[in-house]
Amino acid sequence: MLLRLILRNLRPHRVPLAAIIILQLLQTVATLYLPTLNASIIDDGVVKGDTNVIFSLGGWMLVITAGQVICAIGATYLSAIVAMRVGRQIRAELFTTVETFSAQEVGQFGAPSLITRTTNDVQQVQMLTLMSFTLMVTAPIMSVGGILLALQQDVPLSGLLLVIIPVLLVAIGLIVRKMVPLFRRGQKLLDRINSVLREQIMGISVIRAFVRRDFEEERFAVANRDLTGTQLAATRLMALMFPTIMLVVSAASVGVLWFGGQRIDAGQMQIGALTAFLSYIMQILMAVMMAMFMFMMVPRAAVSAERIQAVLDTVPSVSDGPDAVDRAALGGRLDFDDVSFTYPGAQAPVLSGISFTAEPGTTTAIIGSTGSGKSTLLNLIPRLLDRTSGSIRVGGHETARLTLDSLRGVIGLVPQKAYLFSGTVASNLRMGNPQATDEELWEALRIAQAADFVAELPEGLQASVGQGGTNFSGGQRQRLCIARAVVGSPALYLFDDSFSALDFATDARLRAALKPVTTEATVLIVAQRVNTILGADRILVLDEGRLVGQGTHAELMDSCPTYQEIVTSQLTEEEARA
Amino acid sequence: MSMGMRGRGGPPQKPLNFGPSVRRILGMMRPDRFRMAWVVLMAGVSIALAVAAPKILGMATDVIFNGVVGRMLPAGASKEQVVAGLRARGETQLADMLSAMNVVPGQGMDLSRLGTILAWVLVLYVAAFFFNYAQGFITAGVVQRAMYRLRAQIEAKLDRLPMSHFQEQSRGDLLSKVTNDIDNFSQTLNQTLTQLLNSVLTVVGVLIMMFSISPLLALISLVSLPLMALITVGIAKRSQAQFITQWKTTGELNGHIEEMFTGHEIVKAFGQQRAAVEKFDVSNERLFQASSKAQFISGIIMPSTTFVANLNYVAVAVVGALQVSSGALSIGSVQAFIQYSRQFSQPLAQLGGMINLLQSGVASAERVFELLDAEEQRPDREPAATPGPGTVGRVVFDHVSFSYRPDEPLITDLSLVAEPGQTVAIVGPTGAGKTTLVNLLMRFYEIDAGRITIDGVDTADMTRDDLRRRFGMVLQDAWLFDGTIRANLAYGRLEATEEEIIEAAEATYVDHFVRSLPEGYDTVLGDDAGSLSQGQRQLMTIARAWLADPAILILDEATSSVDTRTEVLIRRAMNRLRESRTSFVIAHRLSTVRDADLILVMDHGRIVEQGRHEELLAAGGFYHDLYVSGYQVPAVGELAQADGP
Repeated sequence: MLLRLILRNLRPHRVPLAAIIILQLLQTVATLYLPTLNASIIDDGVVKGDTNVIFSLGGWMLVITAGQVICAIGATYLSAIVAMRVGRQIRAELFTTVETFSAQEVGQFGAPSLITRTTNDVQQVQMLTLMSFTLMVTAPIMSVGGILLALQQDVPLSGLLLVIIPVLLVAIGLIVRKMVPLFRRGQKLLDRINSVLREQIMGISVIRAFVRRDFEEERFAVANRDLTGTQLAATRLMALMFPTIMLVVSAASVGVLWFGGQRIDAGQMQIGALTAFLSYIMQILMAVMMAMFMFMMVPRAAVSAERIQAVLDTVPSVSDGPDAVDRAALGGRLDFDDVSFTYPGAQAPVLSGISFTAEPGTTTAIIGSTGSGKSTLLNLIPRLLDRTSGSIRVGGHETARLTLDSLRGVIGLVPQKAYLFSGTVASNLRMGNPQATDEELWEALRIAQAADFVAELPEGLQASVGQGGTNFSGGQRQRLCIARAVVGSPALYLFDDSFSALDFATDARLRAALKPVTTEATVLIVAQRVNTILGADRILVLDEGRLVGQGTHAELMDSCPTYQEIVTSQLTEEEARA
Repeated sequence: MSMGMRGRGGPPQKPLNFGPSVRRILGMMRPDRFRMAWVVLMAGVSIALAVAAPKILGMATDVIFNGVVGRMLPAGASKEQVVAGLRARGETQLADMLSAMNVVPGQGMDLSRLGTILAWVLVLYVAAFFFNYAQGFITAGVVQRAMYRLRAQIEAKLDRLPMSHFQEQSRGDLLSKVTNDIDNFSQTLNQTLTQLLNSVLTVVGVLIMMFSISPLLALISLVSLPLMALITVGIAKRSQAQFITQWKTTGELNGHIEEMFTGHEIVKAFGQQRAAVEKFDVSNERLFQASSKAQFISGIIMPSTTFVANLNYVAVAVVGALQVSSGALSIGSVQAFIQYSRQFSQPLAQLGGMINLLQSGVASAERVFELLDAEEQRPDREPAATPGPGTVGRVVFDHVSFSYRPDEPLITDLSLVAEPGQTVAIVGPTGAGKTTLVNLLMRFYEIDAGRITIDGVDTADMTRDDLRRRFGMVLQDAWLFDGTIRANLAYGRLEATEEEIIEAAEATYVDHFVRSLPEGYDTVLGDDAGSLSQGQRQLMTIARAWLADPAILILDEATSSVDTRTEVLIRRAMNRLRESRTSFVIAHRLSTVRDADLILVMDHGRIVEQGRHEELLAAGGFYHDLYVSGYQVPAVGELAQADGP
């Protein structure tokens, strides 16, 4: 998984990769060559008392050293660039993939986990990639070189390597195997920390209002303790790695002396070979130690790669079909034909057998008790969720066969939760239509009854908006969200209980102002209050996911018991108070 | 759409406060200083062992060599005889060497002696293993505990930050500090702490050995030390800025990601994925630029110090060779010295590499410190005043002024009195300051002038906790946490019994829909995925406040997402709840308003009118206008009707 992910992302960087390998190769050779030159200085220069040789070989050493540093810096440069490019690529791919997800997939992973995956997990993979560039050439050359040189000295004694190397591999393998599940848990717990803290920030006023500091502290402490415990176990295993390798290799050198001593005593080996053999063993040790730095990072990076791949492999439940067509000017006509929706894995459908038609220029209101499926119905239209069965047509076209861009391009959604993005008022409004002029923005603000308070802001349209729009009041946010939809001059308006935070005067003015811009458009309104929808051309009454009545207020009053019940419950109240 | 990210294209980064930051980091580990002392001790021991082991191994080599030589000599003769014989033949050099050796002529290798020595070496190695491991083991604990404390400190800090902090700072950036920065910081500490110690100790040990062999060559080697330091510091300075940018950009990127994933549906509904990706790409590119530069610049440190080490190596080789030629040093000494100078330069070069890591870690640590040092809300007054346990609920605003931003006065000279048990309805156009009033009442924000009292006690003199415990609040935003429905309800009163929870749920019509869920009260509310409708969530927040049974109630447009049938029921429940309690209701329902004992009509941060419904209507002022515009605009007659008579 890890290897696949890295290799796939390295593919576009073949040329610099080859250069890195060559540079590292030269660098390693230079490192290995220096002691040989040094030996020559002593053998050919010092012993023979030849000062010229000393100077000329010394000069050579300088040249080699200089060459080495140049190669090393070159390799570092390319490694940094390529490794960070790999990181950039994976991050971009992750983000782009998540942007194709529907709410369902986002919910499946959870936003906090998706966030960790896009930053923290990529960081792990990116650092491992960087590390492996430095070590993937040097470590194998040094260890293979060491083994070859050892073999050259004494073949039977090299048999020891047949014991040392497997023991090393098994020891490292065992430790790594224990680390992987710990890191898997660790990354999940990091998600958890992220999630608890994010909740705490979002709910800060509730937490303060209820004075639940201690409760929250404990909730966080549990996550924090779990994470600390897991990371501690993992780092302790990591701490075991280095001493273990040292012990194995040191024990090996003891073995070399013991068996080598006996071979020498038996006259089968020269004593010089023994010393050489020992230094080669040390060289192998060095290589293994270098590789170990990589091994220490592998388990965590492997877990991260798994988590990244899981996101990349997720097929979004809503996407452009293969035969999706781009329709520039869709009409606003909306047809639902026996539409049902069931959350995957859920037993009961949220909506079932919904059929209705909404014509341009008309207003269709949807009413029903809390949890009756009103918002879900609305979400099916721009395909934020995909219906389970039946057919939904916008402008006469099956929505599943339209490209998402062209479908969503004609829809102006005002969501139940008035959410704005950090930026400016203008940047938020232009989400509806990036080309809108300032004049058009003001017009939309006027319609949404938001022009007054925006005009009062010192920066006007350029006034900054905090994340979520929290620096505006609930009613202001809602009106900005309405303006955002109006800016796009959609053919199909979807208001999901969008007037709830408005005072009645504003609500009334807003509806009046909306009237002229929606004469050609189809309007769908989810509402709570009967009296706000009395004048709708058609009212849909939802009850537990079923359409139990549709018609005008008068018709429904005659024919639909559920509607009557809703109306009476409210009117009784009102009349009682009148 | 710009979905602006804060602090974009920042001015040149301020340099790391390396010294103070490192001191602060060490300070963080103070609680574990005795453990750290152990670590230092064990590092010393394991390095001593590492130095001793080759010496003893050398003894083993001697035994083998003696055996080889002994076998070459005639058996039966004593060593002295052989030496004398060699001298007689004029082979004085060989004779000298032999006399210094522990050789029995004719006898081969002393296998048992070799075995004993090697056994000792093995013991040393095993001991070194334990010391090494213990060192790493303890360090891991110290580092992880420090990280635990750091995370806990940040979380605790959240409680002391003023509300305005959360509106100004990107949430994702803050989260990045807790996840990415602390993670990077702990990885750094884990990797560098023990190695740093080992490297420094090794350098010192080796230097001592070098001086004992040749002070001249040792001095030559010492020259390389400041050179290396100079290079390291010079390069590190350059990479610092890049590391700071790297982690800052990571935070920004995290901020953008968090925001986009939170508002995912809206991004999709408006077809803004491309814009979101474009924006992401810009930050991603900047992160790439900063991190590749940081890695490259700091990655140069190791090759550069290695280069200096190699220069040193060449110098030692050349000077040493010349010294041997002039007879000042023996070959063996030079050889040994060269071995040591290798051992000397390796940890030095490693130190350079660690500085690289350390910088990245310190850059992250400073981001965390920055948060920990952020300005806090004014601490509670000591000693705090309290109206006593039995709150009557008389709330008075006395010439209160407040503004979120100094240049934009919002509430000016506001006075009001809410008598115990009264229902106060706050009405007015949105943005008039209704929510702000609640914020001040709860002391989410501190007032600029005037005072607010509860039963005669200035709220500024009370502890915030004491004050807030007297309030029950139902906000428009239905915040619930990731836990079971039961736990979320019990949030109102943690010690509530099962019966009380269910009673509250029944009273607020939560029980009905909870029972229809397959898992009932044990249903876990997922992070974002809504298993409940917005209205149901809001019902739960009402149940939560019900359970809290507060003395004063604040309802902020609380029932906006609840359908009418349920709303009626809730209102009845609320009416019951409001009995004998002072209630502040941010109202936009006429029924609530008509019912209220006192209506505050707000506009532009002022209370423009107050009184009862009939009085205000009769007065024909602002309230009257509001009322009229809400009902008798002809154009909306068909579409919009508020709860009119």
